[in-house]
Amino acid sequence: MKLEIRNLETDILIIGGGTAGCFAAITIAENSEVKVMIAEKANIKRSGCLAAGVNALNAYIVKGQTPETYLNYVKNDAEGVVREDLVYTIAERLNAVTAKMETLGLVTLKDGKGDYVSRGTRNIKINGENIKPLLAEAVAKSPHVTVLNRVNMIDYIVEAGKVVGGYGFSLDNNTFYVISAKAVVCTTGGAAGLYKPNNPGFSGHKMWYSPFNTGAGYAMGIRAGAEMTTFEMRFIALRCKDTIAPTGTIAQGIGAQQINSVGEEYEKNYGAPKTPNRMYSTVSENKKGRGPCYLKTVGITERQEEDLYKAYLNMAPAQTLRWLENGKGPATENVEIEGTEPYIVGGHTASGYWVDTRRGTTLEGLYAAGDVAGGSPQKYVTGCFAEGEIAALTVLAYIQGKKNSRPSSQDAEKKLAVVNQFLQDNKSSLYAVGEVEEAMQKVMDEYAGGISTGYTFNYPKLQVAKERIKELLGISYQLTAKDLHELMLIYEVVDRLYVCQTLIGHLEARQETRWHSFQENADYPQRDDEHWLKYVNSHFAEGKVQIILRDLVAKDDIYEHKDR
Amino acid sequence: MSIKIDSQLCSGCGKCRLVCPGSLLYEDNAGRTEIRYPGECWGCTSCVKECDFKAIKYYLGADMGGNGSFMYTKREGQLLHWIIAKPDGSEKRLTTDKSKANAY
Repeated sequence: MKLEIRNLETDILIIGGGTAGCFAAITIAENSEVKVMIAEKANIKRSGCLAAGVNALNAYIVKGQTPETYLNYVKNDAEGVVREDLVYTIAERLNAVTAKMETLGLVTLKDGKGDYVSRGTRNIKINGENIKPLLAEAVAKSPHVTVLNRVNMIDYIVEAGKVVGGYGFSLDNNTFYVISAKAVVCTTGGAAGLYKPNNPGFSGHKMWYSPFNTGAGYAMGIRAGAEMTTFEMRFIALRCKDTIAPTGTIAQGIGAQQINSVGEEYEKNYGAPKTPNRMYSTVSENKKGRGPCYLKTVGITERQEEDLYKAYLNMAPAQTLRWLENGKGPATENVEIEGTEPYIVGGHTASGYWVDTRRGTTLEGLYAAGDVAGGSPQKYVTGCFAEGEIAALTVLAYIQGKKNSRPSSQDAEKKLAVVNQFLQDNKSSLYAVGEVEEAMQKVMDEYAGGISTGYTFNYPKLQVAKERIKELLGISYQLTAKDLHELMLIYEVVDRLYVCQTLIGHLEARQETRWHSFQENADYPQRDDEHWLKYVNSHFAEGKVQIILRDLVAKDDIYEHKDR
Repeated sequence: MSIKIDSQLCSGCGKCRLVCPGSLLYEDNAGRTEIRYPGECWGCTSCVKECDFKAIKYYLGADMGGNGSFMYTKREGQLLHWIIAKPDGSEKRLTTDKSKANAY
């Protein structure tokens, strides 16, 4: 099989039809009549990390709180290294985007006075099972928005230093898309599957973050030379054992505490109850021989148990099946917890594109929002909506007076030739794509702070990882695909290897330990505010990850890329 | 984590094929749906909820504690019934309501 070029043209290309991408498209349609094209590798009805649903909205300014208190919480939880301008501009929009989702059909829980019922100080209760179908319906009703489902984008089109579109291929037929746009919004989500997962065998994809979010947006940006930030702040989630289902629903819903195997509530022994510490305390208890650790649920009422079953069906149904299959629900057996493999995900930590306050990346014509955009942890679903909205309004202003340009046919043919090289009917590579994936995950696990090392790494280990990832990248370009699905798998592995390279560079650069477990540097086990209240940024040039250290940006700053 | 598709019950309508976030479902030679890459399934149940024919059975891999039970769904207006079938033939039904928020 060989792919053939099909040229398309739009005003704004959105890559990734998830939370941020769909919201950006809806916003553009409401504020203009420009043409939007969403390129989505699956189908926007159930694509991305919210395929199964979402249990609650975890970023909302509840009564008595303000955008300032939200910013303070995020800043404190991230040990000071956040982009305050980004967090604050998100916080200002959280409630309006929530109200908007309600008009699109999202079911929320309200009290007698019509106020949302909160779960803690920043969360509200909803039924989020159908959040993606609701977004997809709203996109379908938006005039001038075209959706290209089952199209896997692989690189940006860059002309004279500007991003003017993207290349991708269909999963259904031999079409190679060359999409020309006046500007591009990247909303591809974060990266899972970099490290050996909790379930390394048959259930390898039973992970918390979507295994289909493979860091394509990061990788496209890295290859095009975009600046990235804070990859070293990995996200490691504390999750229910085996099913890797969220724990917050139990912890916040019924107030369950974390206990070790002798029944001690251990979290308080590890400092302030910050996100990394919930993880770190559990890892430490296991290391000290006091595992397994649990959420203490025994003794909850039958009603509470039934409500938990339903809450999980609306977001992580495997956990409900697990409880019922065993015949032991949370009322009779505590829920065992474990840490996941590390992910790179800008909706939870600060990893991603280095953007200005208006969400422009360091590449002209390219904007980023949601999990792929960095600097702003704990944005969660509503924060991704907010960021999609900000990016949409910025890009609308940017395209005024701009014309489409398209790559020379030589450039497009050159790109196509690289893709077609993987599709040689009479050639079969020595390694299969799955083997390269497994090798990458093993290297990252053992040498770049995965589960098996208690998330700890040091300089000599990172050098081994760096060397091997480079070799695997070489091998991956020799792979062959027998169909379009395999071609997608090859690109997913290539993208993750690029993300790994940048990640290793960042882990090496931050010479302190700022976030336990997330960034556990054995050479520098202490936090060092004197030298490291800084962003670790990078860009990829001349085959190397080049590190740039940048000073912190304050809440009211309007940050612009001065040196791009 | 994965699903099994009962080819006797599958109507070949193709609704499930459209929504799989991993694009793992394909039409087989007989016009029905097959999961071509079972090990790549995330377990999101998007396909299960699309199926009106109880043809898609959702189960836990043995490597994550699966013990022979499976789950399927049945839609009734705003209600979604989740039926868990155990190896001994017994069934447990849970119902979620699209119009109601989660208690937690």
